[in-house]
Amino acid sequence: MTTAISIDDLSKQYRLGQVGTGTISHDLNRWWAKLRGKEDPYSTVGQTNKRDQAADGEYVWALKDINLTIEKGEVVGIIGANGAGKSTLLKLISRITAPTTGTIKARGRIACLLEVGTGMHPELTARENIYMNGAILGMRRHEITRKLDDIIDFAGCRMFIDTPVKRFSSGMRVRLGFAVAAFLEPEILIVDEVLAVGDADFQQKAIGKMKEVSRSEGRTILFVSHNLGSVKTLCQRGIVLAEGGVAADEPVEDAVAKYVRHTQPSATTGQNLLDRTDRSGDGQVKIAEFWIENQHGERDTAIPVGSDAILAVRLVVNSDSVSNVDVGFSIHDPQDLSPLTILYSGRQNQFFSGDTEFNVRCRLADLPFPPGKYPVGARVVVGHSESDWIKSPIGELTSASGDFFGFGRPINSGTGKVLLKSTWSEEKQIC
Amino acid sequence: MPTAERSAPPVQPEESAGDWDLVIEPRRHLLDVNIREIWNYRDLLLMFVKRDIITVYKQTILGPIWFVVQPIMTTIVYLFVFGRVAKVSTDGMPQILFYMSGIIMWNYFADCFNKTSGTFRSNAEIFGKVYFPRLIVPLSQVISGIIKFFIQAGLFITIWLWFVATTDAVRPNYWAYSTIWLLPLMAGMGLGFGILFSSLTTKYRDLTFLIQFGVQLAMYATPIIYPMSILSDTARSILWWNPIAHIIEAFKYGFLGSGEASVAGLLYATAFTVLSLSFGIVVFNRTEQTFMDTV
Repeated sequence: MTTAISIDDLSKQYRLGQVGTGTISHDLNRWWAKLRGKEDPYSTVGQTNKRDQAADGEYVWALKDINLTIEKGEVVGIIGANGAGKSTLLKLISRITAPTTGTIKARGRIACLLEVGTGMHPELTARENIYMNGAILGMRRHEITRKLDDIIDFAGCRMFIDTPVKRFSSGMRVRLGFAVAAFLEPEILIVDEVLAVGDADFQQKAIGKMKEVSRSEGRTILFVSHNLGSVKTLCQRGIVLAEGGVAADEPVEDAVAKYVRHTQPSATTGQNLLDRTDRSGDGQVKIAEFWIENQHGERDTAIPVGSDAILAVRLVVNSDSVSNVDVGFSIHDPQDLSPLTILYSGRQNQFFSGDTEFNVRCRLADLPFPPGKYPVGARVVVGHSESDWIKSPIGELTSASGDFFGFGRPINSGTGKVLLKSTWSEEKQIC
Repeated sequence: MPTAERSAPPVQPEESAGDWDLVIEPRRHLLDVNIREIWNYRDLLLMFVKRDIITVYKQTILGPIWFVVQPIMTTIVYLFVFGRVAKVSTDGMPQILFYMSGIIMWNYFADCFNKTSGTFRSNAEIFGKVYFPRLIVPLSQVISGIIKFFIQAGLFITIWLWFVATTDAVRPNYWAYSTIWLLPLMAGMGLGFGILFSSLTTKYRDLTFLIQFGVQLAMYATPIIYPMSILSDTARSILWWNPIAHIIEAFKYGFLGSGEASVAGLLYATAFTVLSLSFGIVVFNRTEQTFMDTV
């Protein structure tokens, strides 16, 4: 295997605050240090990239000492919270801006899609824009002419090919832009979240095209996305960036799992939830504790698939009296945290007097999720106003293997995301 | 682009330096302008030129005719203000030719300068999303400017031919052929200063305000609306250092037969162009790497 991209000790420093007063003095200081053969006085300062901390220096390291080697043909997903340095890394690799220190070395033509349809001009026709966009991405004119028909078909815009792009819907423009990009033939393709736009059908098409490209033609792909689902389907290797450094570099399943765990405040079932600060709502009724009970009403840690599970919360009432307390639970996909289902009590007419605590239980019949640990979220609405919502999971619903279908054999993983009870029938077709 | 930057990467023990197609480092060498890379992107250059030209007259009825309306209007204004009201001498030349020749030449230079001086700021959007040699953008503006110039020159030549055929007021001579050399000089100078200012304004925007009236002032320090002959000796020796003055004078002398074309002046203008262009490219090259952080 040959190395496609090699990144050594890569760092990028940004200035905080406004560029303006002080810029000239810093520039002069730098220049003076350089003249005397000294190191850049500002390259040693600068704090790590922590978004929520107050800035105490004037410079910040968006990326610090990144070392990565990416082999030819690898499809690598880069994930991380907002501001972790993902886009900065892509900008450095795609030469939008230069690193502060370190080097990047690459073999083969690099094409980057930080946006689709870059450089398209609204007054030009779709055909002219295909040439324009292609040229910006580094394609030669004859190359585009050769692929023109394929591009038009992929975008599905043959009818509007000589219409100015300003008359296109934004979705159509994205399709056109992606179609051009899809027919680029770079050895290294860098994609940043561009798939977030466009309709579902087109997203499928785009992911499919990227898969096809990576598999059949042995291209190296770097894919940055917040959509953990598409990262998992597309990539083999996952790199988690956090605070400007590499937090994990593993097979994609492990990396995504690590990232999800890393971003969640530890959601151990049964802890005191009143301490949590990541919540919103007026606080009339607050969620204090969450736990799981089995079908017999005993606190339990894991529930077999197919038997009843009880989700329970202890609520604290902080006002004189409340009525219409509606509790909702959400159960999430363990991998990408997308909600699998939402459960509401929908209660209208209960009354609780003030300064008390009470327990609310939700019995979930025939636990339909294959074995795994499912994060659970909860929200309380009183009347029509939000009373309490903890933004990240408050605990886990652990599903153990069990006989969901009553076939006499346990269900393990690999049976989809949700199990449904079904009835089957056969009858003889009478001709 | 298998030819991308190869700016002497530090030799790694296990890898040979020339093994990589692309090496990205914090600072590029000062004079490392990758001509081959620009050549590889020549199709993009042509696309930009095409875009600049055709988007101007999309959805218009008169189309490219609009390119000549501006010099016609300016000529009429000058005829009235400087010719009739202020009665500035035109050295006995037909006023319409005298003004128009100056206007189209000056416009080309001013256009090159104004457009390229906004390169970084007005293209920040696209530069922030995709890499291509940044020099492509100002180069395309210089080229689309010359197409515009040719359209305007067509108008000038038509009027000029009519004067040549019907009167003996104009005395064209061999200096007219020097235009082939004058155009690249103006393009080079406009480009050199334009990209220099474009680089400087990414960090310090104050300069954009200077540029606006700077260009206007420079026009009055160039013999556009007056002939050199009406100036005092002192003024003339000062104006000698204005390289564009020599270019305009050579053009006027070649086509109209009045003016002060000199080989020494053109050599000076040439040297000036080479210097300003090289300096502009070096600064631009340095800026293009990190301007996205400051623009």
